[in-house]
Amino acid sequence: MQQALKLKVNDFAFKLANVNGTGSASANGLLMQAIFRMGIPVSGKNLFPSNIQGLPTWYEIRVSDRGHTARTAEYDLMVAMNAETYARDVKEVRTGGWVIYDSTWPLAASLVREDVTFLGVPFAKLCNDAFVESRERTLMKNIAYVGTLAALLDIDMEIVSGMLKEKFAKKPALMESNAKAIRLGYDYAKAHLECPLTIRLKKMDATKDSILIDGNTATALGCLYAGATVAAWYPITPSTSVLDAFTSLCAKYRTDKVTGKRKYCILQAEDELAAIGMVIGASWNGARAFTSTSGPGISLMNELIGLAYYAEIPAVIVDVQRVGPATGMPTRTQQGDILLCAYASHGDTKHIVLFPANPAECFYFAVKAFDLAERFQTPVFMLSDLDIGMNDWVIPRLEWDDGYKPDRGRVLTREQLEAMPKFHRYSPEDELGVAARTLPGVHEKGSFFTRGSGHNKLGGYTESPDEYQEVMDRLARKHRAARRLVPKAIIERHAGAKIGIATIGGCDLAVREAIEALAARGVAADYMRIRGFPFGDEVEDFFRGHETVFVVEQNRDAQLKSLVILETPTLKRKLRSVLAYGGFPLQAAQVVEGVLSQLPPRDTAATVAEEDRE
Amino acid sequence: MSYIKKPAARHPSLQPNKLGLTVRDYEGSMSTLCAGCGHDSITAAIVRAFYELDTPPHMLAKLSGIGCSSKTPTYFVSGAHGFNSAHGRMPAIATGASAANKELLYIGVSGDGDSLSIGLGQMCHAIRRNVSMLYIIENNGVYGLTKGQFSASSDIGSKSKKGEANTQPPIDPVMLALSIGATFVARSFSGDKAQLVPILKAGLLHKGFALVDVISPCVTFNDHEGSTKSYVHTRKHQLPIIEADFVPHKSEIVADYPEGSTTSVTMHDGSVVRLRKVAADYDPSDRSAVSSYLQKHQSKGEIPTGLLYLDESGVEMHEGAKTVDTPLTRLPFEELCPGNAALAKFQQAYR
Repeated sequence: MQQALKLKVNDFAFKLANVNGTGSASANGLLMQAIFRMGIPVSGKNLFPSNIQGLPTWYEIRVSDRGHTARTAEYDLMVAMNAETYARDVKEVRTGGWVIYDSTWPLAASLVREDVTFLGVPFAKLCNDAFVESRERTLMKNIAYVGTLAALLDIDMEIVSGMLKEKFAKKPALMESNAKAIRLGYDYAKAHLECPLTIRLKKMDATKDSILIDGNTATALGCLYAGATVAAWYPITPSTSVLDAFTSLCAKYRTDKVTGKRKYCILQAEDELAAIGMVIGASWNGARAFTSTSGPGISLMNELIGLAYYAEIPAVIVDVQRVGPATGMPTRTQQGDILLCAYASHGDTKHIVLFPANPAECFYFAVKAFDLAERFQTPVFMLSDLDIGMNDWVIPRLEWDDGYKPDRGRVLTREQLEAMPKFHRYSPEDELGVAARTLPGVHEKGSFFTRGSGHNKLGGYTESPDEYQEVMDRLARKHRAARRLVPKAIIERHAGAKIGIATIGGCDLAVREAIEALAARGVAADYMRIRGFPFGDEVEDFFRGHETVFVVEQNRDAQLKSLVILETPTLKRKLRSVLAYGGFPLQAAQVVEGVLSQLPPRDTAATVAEEDRE
Repeated sequence: MSYIKKPAARHPSLQPNKLGLTVRDYEGSMSTLCAGCGHDSITAAIVRAFYELDTPPHMLAKLSGIGCSSKTPTYFVSGAHGFNSAHGRMPAIATGASAANKELLYIGVSGDGDSLSIGLGQMCHAIRRNVSMLYIIENNGVYGLTKGQFSASSDIGSKSKKGEANTQPPIDPVMLALSIGATFVARSFSGDKAQLVPILKAGLLHKGFALVDVISPCVTFNDHEGSTKSYVHTRKHQLPIIEADFVPHKSEIVADYPEGSTTSVTMHDGSVVRLRKVAADYDPSDRSAVSSYLQKHQSKGEIPTGLLYLDESGVEMHEGAKTVDTPLTRLPFEELCPGNAALAKFQQAYR
């Protein structure tokens, strides 16, 4: 055996290899939460198959006292509970690391590695002796490794038992069996293995103002707080849990205590074409309405997104991106819908798109999406992804401003209509290029014909080139005006930086970590995370101010880079792409390698001057 | 197409309704359809129905898809909000609109292309959801705006203007609606306004989705010999089997019919629809009997018309969704947002 790794406290990663449908999610969630409660920055990435039972599934946990919780593939320890993937799981452990395996059965000699330490725990035997039912034996094997890891990594057992008490408060039988299984794994490790390992945990105070939450729940919470009353959707991974969460939140907060009636209406549509239609119908009528979907759903919604854009009807569309094209890999993450959403539908269309980086921004941006949709009377996309949406993240506790008033945009009241000589839907426009709208049921004078066919600024049908263009030009102005109201890009400048790194959404943590790593290697880089489209002036300035900007994103075709080239004066040749699109969350190592392999940049002083003339 | 706009002057004989509005107040802009189009007759029946129901124009939302039929909402009740949406997508838009505001009256006008081809799925699901709306299919068996292709309601053997015979079996919206739980199913003929107006009124007051399939000949592309959707063919084969009399809430029932020949159904607002059976053995409340009756007669080439099936006890969408009585659009924001204290409490479970 090789010598074990040097002492690493609160700075390591481990991976759990399981079979799906065996209760491993519950065990892994328990581990992650226990570490979170020890006050240590932690992340968990669930790498699961598009399947319900029987296929390989992995869970990765990374702890970092420095807050580096992006995904890493450098595993110090592997819990190898799946015989089917055992060989490759063992291969992934770094030299000097550990493999925990079920020693009920002997280890095949061919699978042994000389440079890692194998720690055998007879999980199956322990559980077969302690539990009677076969299903329970299977489930408890996974719970037992929580105990073993608690012993090996120094997880606070008081925290673990406290969590069990909370989790199973109403199911004492389950609490007992879970506690028993954890104790089995813990005691065995204490008796037979050297505990703790040189990778271990120590309580910190870094998470006391934080919560552990997934982006889809946070999105649903944002929609609830924004006052959305109508949601229409069609089930699709990985966005389904947005509506699951919205449904349970509404049941809790929007049910009339006396009558039991609901202050919301959730429609499970027959497909995404209908889902967006329902959202448009509800918004047209004055409700705050949204849909949540993933790429394939956006493809279907394209038709009516164009209608909402042209007829100027608000709509909030949450896209929890997954790997495309086609069915792609439904349980893997990607940022492949950037261009699709920015220009969704036929003809000249451009949309407002928000890019949250974590569950906290999912919450705040969801609220923002409704304000923008109603202010600009247009569809607004929020592009989350599977990694943000379905994994648990440590984020600062969410705050709500009780003084918040929803921005309903320009909607005429009965009194305003009464006082008007005549109402026209698409004029006059305000400084944002927006005209006032009216809602059905308010006043006869507000009636007009909403149409997706050619219309003039009065709302009447037209086939006249001038009248058509007049409206289309205003829509373009309106979209441009939105750049001042979308969330500003986050920009961090570093002394001596010659290059910039621009990124988006869930790449945030990996890119920040990469910037530190690059700095340690003598490459200083400024950071920009774009949070909204249309791009604000600060985005253009960032590109203008750097000779070379690396654009980091999770898709094959450099969609963010393309959008920057299309929508800003930035010159294509000063941009370099760093792309990761295999479906797993981005790692800092990929960014570092991507940047270093494209350095040094050629002398681009001339291009800056050229661009400034534009 | 009517080139001459009717003068706005009111004829003294135009009686105002309870709102003080005359039938002219329920009209819209001039029709741009072909002269003699069945759809214009249906528009006239719709105008009449709203006038007779004393509907406040602004409390009506009129929606449509794409096609000749879908142009017609501009031709009635100009004081109502209209939404000419996308081909086959009106049912979803109407569903969302209804979800947001349950107080308005909803009328959807569609055609056989819009409802039975591109929008077949959406129509079926709106029926299943039992969205409260009057849904009219102006059924002419042909694509008019694209100049004469067969639609999904064309009968086998029916000939196109160019003489080609249709070989694919038709989708019959009435039989389809019955099979998926529709609670109000009617068929009528654009040329039979006396039959159509009471059906439309009953459909507007029906609690749930009211499907009215109206045979509406296309004078330009499907009114020739050999077509089964022509005026001549429809007049010849129409078989009125059940007539609806609409009795508004609190009105006295005056008409007198022989015992056993009528069935009364009370609508949710208290109005009564009296169904007068021409065929004595017909029971409009028995779904399977209605289906087999229609099948039997349709297989003989007859076109049974009337308010064919009615069930006021179905679960309407809002009932199923258990929404509050106040329209969702009128709930104040304070009732919708739980506030910061609740958020802090909620997050305790995420520690």
